[in-house]
Amino acid sequence: MSKKIKSITNPKLHLEILTPQEVKKIHDATLWIIEKVGVRFPSKRALEIWAANGAQVDAEKMVVRAKAELIEKALKTCPPVYQLAARDPQQDLPLDGNHVFVGTDGCGVEVLDIHSGKRRVSCLQDVRDISLIADATEEVGFHWVPVSAQDMPPETRGLHEIKAIWENSTKHVQTESIYNEQEARAAVEMAGLLVGGKDKLRHRPVLSLMQCSASPLGHDGGSLDAALVAGEYGIPTGFMSMAANLTTGPATLAGNLAVGNAEVIAGTALIQLAFPGAPVFYAAAQTASDLRTGAYTGGGPEDFLYGAATNVLSDFYDIPLSMGSFATGAKEPNWQAGIENSLSTFMACIVMSDMLLGVGFLHGSRIWSFAEMMMDCELFSIIHKTMQGIIVDDETLALDAIAAVGPGGNFLSQKHTLKHMRDLFLPQFMDRRPYNEWETKKDDARDWALAKALKTLETHQPDPLDEKIKLEMSKIISSLESK
Amino acid sequence: MTDELFQKMSQSILDGDSDAAIALAKQAIDSGIDPLEAISKGFVVGVNQVGESFACGQAFLPELVMAGEAMKAAVATLEPEMQKRGTSRQVYGKVVLATVEGDIHEIGKTLVGTMLSASGFQVYDLGVDVPTAKIIEKVKEVDADLVGLSALLTTTMVKQKEVIDELDKLGLRKKVKVMVGGAPVTKDWVQKIEADGYSEDAIGAVGLAKRLVGVV
Repeated sequence: MSKKIKSITNPKLHLEILTPQEVKKIHDATLWIIEKVGVRFPSKRALEIWAANGAQVDAEKMVVRAKAELIEKALKTCPPVYQLAARDPQQDLPLDGNHVFVGTDGCGVEVLDIHSGKRRVSCLQDVRDISLIADATEEVGFHWVPVSAQDMPPETRGLHEIKAIWENSTKHVQTESIYNEQEARAAVEMAGLLVGGKDKLRHRPVLSLMQCSASPLGHDGGSLDAALVAGEYGIPTGFMSMAANLTTGPATLAGNLAVGNAEVIAGTALIQLAFPGAPVFYAAAQTASDLRTGAYTGGGPEDFLYGAATNVLSDFYDIPLSMGSFATGAKEPNWQAGIENSLSTFMACIVMSDMLLGVGFLHGSRIWSFAEMMMDCELFSIIHKTMQGIIVDDETLALDAIAAVGPGGNFLSQKHTLKHMRDLFLPQFMDRRPYNEWETKKDDARDWALAKALKTLETHQPDPLDEKIKLEMSKIISSLESK
Repeated sequence: MTDELFQKMSQSILDGDSDAAIALAKQAIDSGIDPLEAISKGFVVGVNQVGESFACGQAFLPELVMAGEAMKAAVATLEPEMQKRGTSRQVYGKVVLATVEGDIHEIGKTLVGTMLSASGFQVYDLGVDVPTAKIIEKVKEVDADLVGLSALLTTTMVKQKEVIDELDKLGLRKKVKVMVGGAPVTKDWVQKIEADGYSEDAIGAVGLAKRLVGVV
């Protein structure tokens, strides 16, 4: 099995979604929000760090107000470029602004069973199966915890999940499911086992930690403490805003971007104040709420615009971005899923977002579908190809071949054709068969995608994780479990 | 004159204008109008109209919420006068709402509270990160008919079960219906923890609450 990871690099397509003046206006609004309105930091450790750095701390409400100078100074120490390390160093991911990598999405609560197709509650075996398939799939560059291992104890669930991924894949693990200090410290110990000690994680971060903010303008205490543990060990960490128009953010797009930005930037500044130079990333999955139900939509034009605009903001701060794309609200792989996942991912790719989350979900990141996973991967391949644009030079203008064929012939037997035909995109799941052939079977992309996932699950053998390491990881986990 | 006042009351709800609703409630008290009549002939008419517009797709969630808040403000203003007269608004039931311990996600729960209170329930919203013991205590204190429990994380969702088990232990389970909500909550989970129902959004929660107390 190839160890190759597909990423978008050196794109020919560009988009200016916000002018530099507009970005500056959003930045100024963000600083105003942090200074005048404040951001909630319900963690003792976080509040102490803010207070020690001269921010105004309302201890009772746990709201921090910080002056623009403090925030801007803190952000200056963010490293602009670093790597996400993988268990297999061939699969390290450079976050250098010139690569777009895709991960598996997370963290869902149900799975469409790969054998029966029935919807059921997610469990640890699903984490194993999904990770194994992702390991074998070149479009997947890294893992999020795809679904919640609900058959494991709540206090160590996040640890069982990352262990299951490492046992089934050599790719980088970014967990979004560890959000308290105790589990974060244990996760650091576990990751340390893979690189010869937790002090080595700074150079080979095989784990990164993503934390969700609590919109509007707040953070979760446990998440802050976990992120600070990551900062302490030089493990990449980032805060994700999911502020949504109407509910957790204003109805207008610019205002919602400012709210999300204030959450992310204030959280990022905290990490830098505590551990200057710690690797951090910007994370966002902003969208609109549905006008009727108030639900997080995860699709639609607003979502697509955020997909592109957010990277402009993270570029302004010169830190990598982990961007929510895909994640359709559709209930099954269908028209809506195709539109939402294509456009959100295209918009996030055309501005070169560093990490995209991610493949595999239906119903707004709640229900895992193996067919959707594979189709999302193909969708990324299509965008990957599109982003290469049109190369115009003597070779691609093909004048010799054009002259040789002349008016009325065909190009099928030209050497130039033979040389370049494989430049054309060959889909795995698009139906380009004659109508008759389709009519006899009436199968489609969903069937083929599921079959591919099933075959991969049955045949792929990931590089095994050392038995001793597994045992040590199990010991760390069981030491935290109440008997 | 009184009809005109009722009309204005209804309009203040349609406009989602809490300030106007409060002023009109005060005016009603000053003019000696029965608060119960002000509610039933004035404010509730507005609530029903917004509800109807919403149902046929002409009004949206923010309008519903603002109407709900204006209604709540009007009722709160009328409350002292009702007490003075020894009357009280008839409610469909008393609901204790909370986001469970360890979980700080508030918006869905708050939205459910607003919708329920606008629809005629007495709501006691305990906020977020609420320990089971505190929820149980409130249930006993107000003699609640319903408990609404919100959770956004699979790791905190287990607290929904804890509350149900505790109610069971105290022999309150037959009397107190439990509805649960939050993104990870599914039909399977509801069956597993033997809750009485769940809804995926706030509008659905109102219908559910009404069914659970037997009004519809």
